[in-house]
Amino acid sequence: MKRAYNKGIIHSNTKISHNIFELKLEIDLWNRFGEDLGIPGQFYMLRGWEAKDPFLPRPISIANIEDNIITFLYEVRGKGTHIISKLVKGDTLELLGPLGNGFDLKLKGKVGIVSGGIGIAPLIYLSKKLDNNVDFYCGFRDEVYYTDIIEKRVDRLFISTEDGSQGHKGFVTELFDPHRYDLIFTCGPLPMIKNVIKICRDIVPVYCSMESRMACGIGACLGCTIKTTKGMERVCKDGPVFSSREVIFSD
Amino acid sequence: MINTKVNICGVELKNPVIAASGTFGFGREYAEYFPLSKLGGISSKGLTLNRKEGNKGIRIYETTGGLLNSIGLQNPGIDEFISNQLPFMKKQDTIVLANVGGGTIEEYVTSIERLNKTNIDMIELNISCPNVKEGGMAFGIRSKDAYEIVSEVRKTCKKPLIVKLSPNAENIVHMAETCVKAGADGLSLVNTFSGMAIDIYSKSPVFENTIAGLSGPCIKPIALRMVYEVSKAVDVPIIGIGGIMDYKDAIEFIMAGAWAIQVGSGNFINPTITLDIIEGIETFMVNQRIKSLEEIRGIIWRENI
Repeated sequence: MKRAYNKGIIHSNTKISHNIFELKLEIDLWNRFGEDLGIPGQFYMLRGWEAKDPFLPRPISIANIEDNIITFLYEVRGKGTHIISKLVKGDTLELLGPLGNGFDLKLKGKVGIVSGGIGIAPLIYLSKKLDNNVDFYCGFRDEVYYTDIIEKRVDRLFISTEDGSQGHKGFVTELFDPHRYDLIFTCGPLPMIKNVIKICRDIVPVYCSMESRMACGIGACLGCTIKTTKGMERVCKDGPVFSSREVIFSD
Repeated sequence: MINTKVNICGVELKNPVIAASGTFGFGREYAEYFPLSKLGGISSKGLTLNRKEGNKGIRIYETTGGLLNSIGLQNPGIDEFISNQLPFMKKQDTIVLANVGGGTIEEYVTSIERLNKTNIDMIELNISCPNVKEGGMAFGIRSKDAYEIVSEVRKTCKKPLIVKLSPNAENIVHMAETCVKAGADGLSLVNTFSGMAIDIYSKSPVFENTIAGLSGPCIKPIALRMVYEVSKAVDVPIIGIGGIMDYKDAIEFIMAGAWAIQVGSGNFINPTITLDIIEGIETFMVNQRIKSLEEIRGIIWRENI
């Protein structure tokens, strides 16, 4: 049987950029048996308040796991993430997971990773777990974060900012040549994901981590489904990682 | 010794807690978290004769104390349900309700004919899904429309027939009485309330269909009032639904007159919430020296207790 919601203790909860926080959660209270806490691309449902208001937990992907500490990166977007951002060391929050399928770590060849904004979170953990040769392309609106850690793990790191404050001025998709890679992993805003897929079409396979509003997080409510070649698939259970060949975009 | 059993239309439930349709799939996802045999029953995802893809666009939107949904009855269709989902559900040692919707009377009747031939325990007739034409809410607003569909289904249906009412009915008590007259063996209420939300930046409705269904603890007081009024008016078993989050909520519905209760949105905030509710009811009964739920059913209005 899987565990339902359990408590995690906050080890740190640090603002690392405008509206972006890094949350480190200690979960050894219940992880006495060293079970798998998750692979890159998987996520947890987090709740830092007494259930009822906000009503739903928030899906946040794993940015790192080290011993019994899970790191999450999150952007403060609404009430839920705002409450989580106010929690301090020693506070507890409830979490359910790991959930979802995660990235396939066994694929061979040279990898290009493309991130946009907070979509970098699962790709940070991915860059740690891949044995492949990896180039990492990360795009930000303005402030850059986590690139120092990624730089040590990859062959080459490319940075873009929309305001040009660091790296290439413009979009990250303008930076990379799909012909250099055997596969691409990507996560970020939907327009960026669509653009990556467009650039890579008929050249290199793309695996994208999709985002959707979720309620249950475990595949029961069908609230987060997206259209795919296999029919309506659940982002929380069948994804969040999909092959770009499966996903059918509405426009 | 306490006894949490309830008998609804000749079907015995080991306890009064049923997982509500649309929040529990066919139980498979929750079976990863707890043995489904603990439940009094499970109501299947809303089924239609043919498979449905569901609605486009945003399907879930959080509100204060609840959520709006516009899933649109995404389901595999009756035949796929019967061959691939029902056998799994029937293995779980709990009561299984097939929640059935439809766009036309013929569609409902054909679905029921196929379910008659299975070992399903009960039918929960959905005349209350606000999100699609086939969800049946067209039949759930005016009593005379409900009479037509329920009486037609009754002629065909060989299983105990529960009719799931919409809180959007013109008059919930009259609706309940009409469904009973038309042959319902029991009633479950309420389905979601019609609601909506607007994205003020895009200046457009959040949902493609504009109107969506509101559920969660924010609807509980209204749902409780409706269960109370309906329980007093009809003599068939009532299943109370609406924002039940803990055993106290469940007991309130039972004291208002419900024989059993369903837990819907609560499953989203904790996949094992139904277990907590079942245990809470048992503890409450022990502490309050209540031997059977019949002792407190409708206690706030029933005479001669």
